[in-house]
Formats: sequence, structure tokens, C-alpha cells
Amino acid sequence: MRGAKSATWVAGAIAVALTATACGGGSSSGNNAAVDPNGTYTYYSTEPQHELIPTNSNEVGGGYIIKNLFRGLVDFDAKGKLRYQNAESVESTDNQHFTVKLKKGWKFHNGEPVTASSFVDAWNWGANAKNAQLNSSWFEPIKGYEEIHPKEGDPETDKMSGLKVVNDNEFTIELSKPVSTFKERLFYDAFFPLPKAFFKDTKAFGEHPVGNGPYQQDGNWEHKVQFKTKKFADYKGVDKPKNGGVIFKFYNTDDSAYNDLVSDKVDIMYKVPNSATSKFKADLGDRAVNEPYGGQTTIAFPMYDKEWGKPEKAKVRQGLSMAIDRDTIVKTVLKDAYDAADGWVPTVVEGYQKDACGEFCKFNPTKAKQLIKEGGGVPGNKMTITFNNDGGHRDWAEAVCNDIKQNTGVNCAAQPRPTFQQVRNEITGKKMDSAFRMAWVQDFPNISNFISEQYRTGAGANDMGFSDPELDKLMDQANAAKTIEESNKLYLQAEKKLTETMPSIPLFFDHTLGGYSKNVQNVKFDTYRQAIWTDVEVKQK
Amino acid sequence: MGRYVARRLLQMIPVFIGTTLLIFLMVYSLPGDPIKALFGDKAADPATVARLRHQFGLDQPMLTQYWNYLTGLFKGDFGQSFTGRPVADLIGEAFPVTIRLALYAFAIEVVIGVALGMLTGLKRGKFVDQLVLVLTLIVISVPVFVLGFLAQFFLGLKWQLITPTVQDSMNLGQLTVPAIVLGALSLAYVTRLTRTTVAENLRADYMRTALAKGLPKSRRLGVHLMRNSLIPVVTFLGTDLGMLMGGAIVTEGIFNVQGVGNTLYRAIQTSEGPTVVGIVTVLVLIYLVSSLVVDLLYAVLDPRIRYA
Repeated sequence: MRGAKSATWVAGAIAVALTATACGGGSSSGNNAAVDPNGTYTYYSTEPQHELIPTNSNEVGGGYIIKNLFRGLVDFDAKGKLRYQNAESVESTDNQHFTVKLKKGWKFHNGEPVTASSFVDAWNWGANAKNAQLNSSWFEPIKGYEEIHPKEGDPETDKMSGLKVVNDNEFTIELSKPVSTFKERLFYDAFFPLPKAFFKDTKAFGEHPVGNGPYQQDGNWEHKVQFKTKKFADYKGVDKPKNGGVIFKFYNTDDSAYNDLVSDKVDIMYKVPNSATSKFKADLGDRAVNEPYGGQTTIAFPMYDKEWGKPEKAKVRQGLSMAIDRDTIVKTVLKDAYDAADGWVPTVVEGYQKDACGEFCKFNPTKAKQLIKEGGGVPGNKMTITFNNDGGHRDWAEAVCNDIKQNTGVNCAAQPRPTFQQVRNEITGKKMDSAFRMAWVQDFPNISNFISEQYRTGAGANDMGFSDPELDKLMDQANAAKTIEESNKLYLQAEKKLTETMPSIPLFFDHTLGGYSKNVQNVKFDTYRQAIWTDVEVKQK
Repeated sequence: MGRYVARRLLQMIPVFIGTTLLIFLMVYSLPGDPIKALFGDKAADPATVARLRHQFGLDQPMLTQYWNYLTGLFKGDFGQSFTGRPVADLIGEAFPVTIRLALYAFAIEVVIGVALGMLTGLKRGKFVDQLVLVLTLIVISVPVFVLGFLAQFFLGLKWQLITPTVQDSMNLGQLTVPAIVLGALSLAYVTRLTRTTVAENLRADYMRTALAKGLPKSRRLGVHLMRNSLIPVVTFLGTDLGMLMGGAIVTEGIFNVQGVGNTLYRAIQTSEGPTVVGIVTVLVLIYLVSSLVVDLLYAVLDPRIRYA
């Protein structure tokens, strides 16, 4: 037994040594090679889980393809700043009534002009309960959503009363109540326009989508193998492609894709597998990318629990938060693949302010113990952190628990559940009795998205069953604010207010860990951890 | 013979119904709500959930669902996956790839395995015998995924003899390494099995008789020895083909082959009942047919065995 064990260690050491030497050689990525404007490149992806319809695609495999085939009214640039695409302007004086003017000359890939009806019809179709679209809730703010998407039964109408076509290049949107970030939300896939061909045969469209974006489908969708696109010559957006097309290549595992990346068989990967986080810098040299994006990780508490719901337990959670040495965990266990969180809103997101969480997210074991004592201690002096074991969370969960154990004497254990699905089932069924992993990745890079989706009473992702009427009031004020700056300020107040009740403990801000091959250059990632597809330059062969 | 085959074919019906029901029950009892899971981190909209549930027939009792599935099956309808694609299409895409891979591995295992087994059996105790014994021992003791990763690391990354993953799942050349990895374990078993039976049969009375009758060596080894030695090997090979198809999941994952294993794995993860049952049903059928073929082969190999 003993012998066998040491043998595996030796084998492991050899493998590591070989990896290191194998990758030491030649990382000569000539940065300004001649560029082929018609060259295509491959992008690591997974087989889409649904047909390619913007209102029904809510996962990355399909999302990445759709984002390249379509352009909405607005989108975000690499820095996370909002810009107009198909819209000439989106104006509102009260954040409730919007007038949308379209740029002229935009066309779908089949030559059909993009008009106001292309948007309005698409949105009405996507919101219609009959069509059961996964992204239908994005239309909820629009007036008439309740009628077209009733809680039960069939809708009596197929149009939302809040949408009115003025002429081919103009339409108006009326919301049921003011939403200060509505313009930002319009970037999302659900709001993409659809050509007439879509409504004739939605199933066929799902296999052969026709959009108005920088790339168009090239050939058939080769299921589970790849999806090819090519540059769309008539594209009118500000981000004209600097390459000939993107080929989305589907992989079953990150590991096999990573091996292809290292040997230049796939050109861009936006996430390297857990097994490669410590070596990808050595493997790829200056072609490795490690930068923050708009995602965060917290551990949340069940506020519906008899014990954790008591008001004095806020102190206990503050104390637990101060017992965690985030900086050290990030450096040692997580190998700089995350940043230590200093609040609930990631650094790259609009509205972020340094140290929003204040002293409560700073490591201070003495005060931690004191606060926990003041709050009457952790129920039963033991707690667990529940996470899904299929997402690479074990390392940090155990490290966080270790810190809590060592610094406060609370008996903490990391508690894995086999799959994400199972964890979600327990959480949404309100069956938790101790801490659990809760994460958020931006829908759009604004503070409101991080606060209101998780901490508003009854909000969709409020897994804690948390409710603070004062916080809700602040958010209502923010949503009614005249400008986005004012709204951001109010949301920041709300974020700071979260430290008083501490329903969740901020832990980390997520990083894009990616890389690219020797075939491409000028590869940048945005706050969604997506490459700026149109900017990628393919080197001449 | 005809009656025997008919009986065996009839036996497949209860086996078929039993397995499909069992798998259906198992998928049904997987934890988590597959429809809610479609929404990911986001809250599931109840109206949409209800509609999707109805669309996939998940709002009906378990047995009704199963009945609908079975009746659909006899009409050639394998149902629909949550992605909106017919399961028949998924099966149609995945099986040709995996069958190709499995048959390739099978061919390697039969040709090389039997050849090595004959060789070592005839040269028992010699150097080549010892060498093959040690090599097969290594293969048997190393798990398949280690073998796969090592092959990928050395052949693909370090020496760059092959691409690390299969770029085109239908390209036989690129499937060579995955097929060797997939077939390696069985190859080792076949070698050892053949070696043992060959060595044993060499001392059998009929071999001595054949020698005494002055039969040429090729006939002695080729007909008398081979034929008798292959009976246990064929038993093993018959069950092995089914194993190769189901067991390709690890190899397919490592080399990114778009076959049955991966489709099945993904379907289980998302609790896609129709897809899982559809694929497993086809696997079961293949298993049943291949074991029937094996049983029929007995009669060919050993005239003493007669089916009535």
C-alpha cells in the first residue's frame, strides 16, 4: 500500500516536471505580425443547449453565438461603457416613457431592412406566455406584460400595450413603473430584433438564425462539433470585424480544450480549467490572460431559519466575515484567480466603490471573536458551507471554513452537494439551515444589477429570503432617479447598508482566466469575460 | 437453430421493457428539477415552467409518461430533448461515431490480442512471453483515464505526433489513438485469455493425435488449436463490444470525441429523461444482439454445441 502510494507521487512529480520543461521553450508570439483581414479563428465553446433564438438562449454556449449574429439597440464596449448600436438614440425624461430612434440602413443577413417592427414584434413574441421563452422575464418592466404573460392560462392578447410603432425608424416604450437602468438592460439578447422569416418557421430559424450582427452563419450548424460564422459585409455597427469570422468549436471538457489551446488547435479560450490555473501562465506566456470581470462569490445565510433569522445574528455574520483572511486565501489557495472582495459589487462594475463593506470585510480575528460573542454565538457553535461539487468550489470553501475554525473556534465544515441542480433545488426549496455559496455574474455592468437582484424583498435571486424594508425603499428611490449617476449613488448607499444586516458575506471577485493561441493577436476580454470578437486579428500564415 | 434464434429474439422484449422502465424510473428520481434548472442561477418564471412542463409531458404521472414514451417508441418517435431537438437526431449523430470508435478498438483488440495470445501461448516461458505478460499486467493495472491522459500528454503535447484532441470525430486516422486507449484493457485480457487456452490446448489429446496423423503445422494450429482455443475468447469479446460502447465515455471525454458517452453524460446531468432512455435503450439492444451473435458463434466453433 505504502509502496503504491509513493509510486503515484513519483509519477506525479515526473508529470509536473515534464509539463514545466515542455512549456519552458519558445513563447515567441510576435506581436505585430501581418494580419489577414479575412482570416477566421476558433473560439472555445460548448454545444448550445437550446435552438438559437435570442429570447430562449440563456446559457453561454448559445449566447456567444447569438451575440455575434445579432446587435441590439445598445451594447457595452470593452470598458463596460454603454454605446448605441442599432439605435440612433434612446430618450426618456422620466425613465418610464422611452422613445427609440433607429439608425437607417441596417439590414438583416438576408437583406431585409431592420425596422421598428423588427424589434416590437420580436419582443411581443418573446414575452408571450404561449411561446414559453426562458428569457421572457426580461420584458417584465414593459406595460402590458401581465396581460401577455399571465401567471396562469393563455394570454388574451399577443401585444404589449407599452410598445408602439411610430414609423419604420421609431417606436416608443412605456414601462409600468420607472426603471432607471432600463436603457442599460436593452443590451441583452432578449431585446434583439428578429426578421420576418423568424415568425414563419421558428424551428427552422433556430437552426439557421438570421440576425443583424457583424457575423452571419456560414454553412450548417454542425451539432456538437462547431458553428461557423463569417463576416457580414453589410454590417453597419461601430464595431466592424477585423477578421473574417469566428468558428465556435464545441468541447466536452475544459481540459481537452486547454490541451488544444496549448498546441494552437483552438485559438481563444475564455476560461482555463481548474487543473491548469497554476500552470497556464507558464504554458502561454504573454498570451495568458488574468483579469477581473463582473462576477462575485459570497456565502449567504438562510434568513428564514429560526436561529439565523434572529436580528442579533447580524453581529455573528459580521464577525464570521472578519475571521476570513481573504487576501491570504486568494494568494495561496486560489493562486490569484480571484480578488479579495471589499464589497458586494466587483471592481469592474459601474458604481463600484472601494471598501463598500468597510471594516467588516477586513481580516481582524480579535474583533471577529468579540462580535460573534456579542451576537450570542453561532447556533450550536457549528456551521457548514454548502456548495456544488461540480463547479470547482471545494478549495475555497474548505479554506474559508478553516479560517473560521482557527480564528473563532466555530466548528465549520465544507459540505459538498454532487450537482449544481441539487444545490439549487435545496436552496430554492428553502431547506438550508446554514451558510451556502451564492454567486452573481452581471447581467449588465451596473451596481443595481448586483444589489437589486439578490437583496430586494422577494427578488428572483434572493436565495436568503432576506428582507429589509429600508433597503427596498432606497432601491425604489434609486430606480426613480433622473440620472444614472444619482441612481448609482443611492445603490451604493444600499450596498453599504447591507453591512448592518450582513445577510451574505462577500468573499471574492472573479477573474477571467483565459488565453489565446499563436495564430491570433489583439485579444481582449470585456467585463462579461467575453473576448472582443470583432477586434481579434488573425495572423497571416 | 431457427427456433432458438426466434426464442432469443422474443426474450429481448421483456428485457427491453424492463431496462427502459428501470432507467426511466432512475432518471425520474434524480434529485433536482430539470425544468427549473434550465433557468440557471435565475429565478424560474412559474408560468413558463408550467408551460414547459406540459410541453415535455412532465406534468403527468410517472407511469403515464412511461406509457407515452413506449407507445411513441413503437411509432419510431424517441421523444424530444429539452433543447427542442428530436432524440432520434441525437442518437443518429452520436452512435455512428461511437460505433466507429468501438469497432476500431474491437478490431485492434481482436487482431493484436489474439495474435499476441497465440504467439505467447506457443512460446510459453520464453522471453517474448514474459515481456508480453509484464506489458499486459501494466495495462490492466493502470486505469483507462490515466492511459488516455498519458497518451494525450506525450503523443499530443510533448512530441506532437497527433493533435491533442480529435478534430474530426469521423476521421479514422484521428481515432487511432483513442481507439487504442479504449481497446487497451480488453486487448490485455484477450491476450492473456488466448495465451492460457492455447497453452492448455497444446497438450490436449486431439493435438497429439493430429501431430501423430502427420497433419501439417498450419492445419494443426490454424484449425485444431485456434478453433478450440477461441471459444472462451469469443465469449469475452461478445460482451466486450457492448462494454466498449458504453465505456467509451472516459476516452471520449479526454479526446473530445462527440459520441454516445458524452451525449449520455450531458443528458444525465440535465435529467433529460427521453435522451437518457433513448440512448441506453439502443445500447441495451446492441448488447443483446451482440451476445446473441456470440452464442450462435459457439455452434460454429464447437460442433458439439447444438441449438434446437
